[in-house]
Amino acid sequence: MLGRAVSFALVGLEPRRVEVEAHLRGSDQPSFAIVGLADRACQEAKHRVRSGVQSALLRWPNLAITVNLAPAALRKEGSGFDLGIALTILAASMQVPPERLAEHACIGELGLDGRIRPVTGTIAAAEGAARAGLGRILCAAESAPEAALAGVEAVGVRHLAEAVGYLLGEETIAPATPREWNGAAPALPDLEDVRGQERGRRALELAAAGEHNLLLAGPPGTGKTMLARRLPSILPPLTHEEALEVTRIHSVAGTLTTGGLVAAPPFRAPHHGASTAAVIGGGAVPRPGEVSLAHRGVLLLDEMPEFPRPVLEALRQPLEDGVVSVTRVGGRGLFPARFRLVGTMNLCPCGARGDDRLECLCPPARIAAYGDKVSRALIDRFDLVVTMPRPRAEELAAPPSEGSAAVAARVAVAAERLAGAVPRRSTAASELLDRAVDRLPLSGRGRARVARVSRTIAALAGSEEVLPEHLAEALSYRTPSARVST
Amino acid sequence: MTIRSLRRRDPGYPRLLSQIPDPPATLWLRGEADPGILDRAALAIVGARACSGYGRAVARSLGRDTAAAGAVVVSGLARGIDGEAHRGALETGTTVAVLGCGVDRDYPAVHARLAREIVDKGGLVVSEYEPGVEPAPWRFPARNRIIAGLSLATVVVEARERSGALITADFALEDGREVLVVPGEITSALSRGTNALLRLGATPVTGAGDVLETLGLTAPEPETVVLDDPDASAILVAVDEGRRTLDELGRATRLAPGPLGAALTLLELAGAVSVEDGAVHRTA
Repeated sequence: MLGRAVSFALVGLEPRRVEVEAHLRGSDQPSFAIVGLADRACQEAKHRVRSGVQSALLRWPNLAITVNLAPAALRKEGSGFDLGIALTILAASMQVPPERLAEHACIGELGLDGRIRPVTGTIAAAEGAARAGLGRILCAAESAPEAALAGVEAVGVRHLAEAVGYLLGEETIAPATPREWNGAAPALPDLEDVRGQERGRRALELAAAGEHNLLLAGPPGTGKTMLARRLPSILPPLTHEEALEVTRIHSVAGTLTTGGLVAAPPFRAPHHGASTAAVIGGGAVPRPGEVSLAHRGVLLLDEMPEFPRPVLEALRQPLEDGVVSVTRVGGRGLFPARFRLVGTMNLCPCGARGDDRLECLCPPARIAAYGDKVSRALIDRFDLVVTMPRPRAEELAAPPSEGSAAVAARVAVAAERLAGAVPRRSTAASELLDRAVDRLPLSGRGRARVARVSRTIAALAGSEEVLPEHLAEALSYRTPSARVST
Repeated sequence: MTIRSLRRRDPGYPRLLSQIPDPPATLWLRGEADPGILDRAALAIVGARACSGYGRAVARSLGRDTAAAGAVVVSGLARGIDGEAHRGALETGTTVAVLGCGVDRDYPAVHARLAREIVDKGGLVVSEYEPGVEPAPWRFPARNRIIAGLSLATVVVEARERSGALITADFALEDGREVLVVPGEITSALSRGTNALLRLGATPVTGAGDVLETLGLTAPEPETVVLDDPDASAILVAVDEGRRTLDELGRATRLAPGPLGAALTLLELAGAVSVEDGAVHRTA
C-alpha cells in the first residue's frame, strides 16, 4: 500500500517541492523508518506522528512503514513534514482519500496530542504550492493568514483529526483570508521627542527619503541612538511587493510576530556581541541574518567600533549587492538584504572629543586606533556623516519639535519623486562638484555619494534639477577630512 | 630619495643654526630644494600632538598665512599642531620638517605622505641623525633645539604643562629668538603650558599679522573671499561671536539645517572656515 503527499523544503528562501511517500507492508515486526536525507528533527517526526495519529483516535497501522522524502539528495530539516508524513500514512492505510490529499500541499508540525503547530517559512511553502499548480495548502490555523498571502487557498487546521475530517468531506473549513495588517501599527518612538539636533534630524530625513546610510558621530549622551531609533517612524510605507519580501524573510527566520503581512519597514539593532553568522546570515543550514531581517528597513549598529572587525568587514558585500549569498552543504541560500545602515560612534575612546564642556585626554595614537576599528572602506559606504553636539539647556527646555507624521509626509513625496524622474544635475551644480573634488579630500566613491545625496536633497525641495545649493548641502555631509588624512 | 649632508664648515650651513650653543656637526637633508631656503626668514610653529579642533584650525591658518608672506614654516612633523602647520604652509609656500630620527624614516608613519609632499613642494626634511637611525623619545628634545635654532621666532599653539613644545620655546629663548604664544582658554589643560609662557612675558599672537611683524615680513594682499552670499556672512558673524556647533549656528542665523550646510560648504571651499568634529572655526 502506497500513499503520497506534497510538502516543501526551503533552500534559503526558495521552496523546493518534496514528495512524501509512505509504503506499508505486512511484517511480523512492525517498524517505522524515514529515509531521504532527513535531519534529526525530521527523524524525530516518527514519534510525533505515531503519537499524534493515536491521539486523534485514528488507527496506527501495525505494519512495516517506510516513509521516503524525495528527492533523496535534498537535505530535509525541521518539523514541517510531520503533517505530510501523518497524512500519507493515513492515505496508505485508506483512512483519508488519496485523491483529495493529492490536491493539497501539507506543512505543519504535529504535537503528541495531535494538534498542529505552525512552522517557519509557511508563506514560502505556500508560494511553492502556488507555483507548482497546487491550489490548496493544509497548514496550522495560526499560519493560514500568512499562507493565504501567496494567493493559494489556505486551509488552517488545529488538529490532525480536523484535517482528516476535512479531507473526508465531513467538515468544511473556510479558507483563510490574507491578513494585511492585524490591528494598529505598533507605536513607534516619535521624532517630536528629539529636542534640538536640527542637523541630525535633517540627515535622518534625507536618509529616509533617499535610502542613504547614515553615520552619527559625537560624544555619549547627545541622542545619537535616540535619533536613530526614530528613523522607522518616518520611512515611506512598504509597497505590497516589498511587504511580501519582508514577510517571507521573517517567516523563514521565525521572527514573524504578526502572523500576517509585515506592513511596516523592519528595524533591527543587533548587539555588538553578535556573531558574523547572526549578522550576515549563514549557519549549517543557511538562515537569514540581521542584514536580511532589516531588508527594506533599518539596521542600526550602535557603538559601531565595538563590533568585531570581521563582522563590520562582512557588511560591505551586502551593502554593495543588496543580497547575501550563503553556500553550505545544505544548499545555497540567497537572502535579500537592502537596508539603510545607521551607525553610531564616539569621536574618541574616552568619548569627550566633540564635547565642548569636557576635555579629551586620549593620546593621538589611541584616537587613531579607535577610528581604525571601522575600516575606511566601510566608512566610505556612509552617504551621510553627521557629528551631533551636546544639546544646550535651552534646546532641552524648548517645546516639542516637529513630529514624525509631518516629516514622514515629506519623505513619502520625495521618495516617490526619486522613484520616478530623478532630478538631473544642473551645470552650475556640476561645476561646484568639480571645484569641491579639487579642493576637498573626496574619493571617487565619495563623489558618487555626494551626487546621490544631492539628488535626494533636490527631491525633498521639490526641484526638478539639482541646484548648486543642493550640492553644497550634500557636500556638508561628507566624511570629515580629518579622518581622510590620517 | 635624494639625501645630502651639510657639514658645519660647509658654506651652505644655515647661518642661524650655526649661532646656537651646540649646532649639529652634520645636517642631513632629504629633498632636492636648495639648502639656501634654510637661510630664509623661518618661523617655527609647534604644539601639542593631542590638540583641540581650535588648535588645529589656528595652526593651519598660521602656517598658511605666514608661508604666503614668504616665511619658511619649520616644525617637527608630529601629529596634531606640527602636522597642521606643515599642511597649512604647503597650501601657500614652503615648509621644513625636522626629525628626531634618520630623514629616510617616515615618523610618525601616518605622516609619510605629508613628508613626501613637503619634499615635492620645494621643502626639506632635516635631521642631525644619519639615515637609518630609529626614532627614540630621548632624541626629540635634541630635535627641538634644531627647530628653534633654524627659526627667527617660535610660535607655540597649544601645550600642556610639560609639553615638548615648551622645550622648543626654552631653546628659542636661550638662542635669543622671539617666542610667541597663541592664548587659550584658562580652563583647558591644553592651554596650561602656553598661558604659563604668556605670564612669563611671551608675545601673544592675535593673528598672523603679529607673527609676520616679528619676522619683518608683510602680509600679501589678502585673497578677497567673495562673499556676496548673505547666509555665509551671517554665519561668519555668528562664528566670530563664538558659536561653534552647526545647530547653534542654525539658531543664531535662523537658517534651516539645509541652507546652513550649503552655506558652510561654500565657506569651506573659500577657505574661510574649517569644520572639525562638528565644530566650526575661522581660518581666515
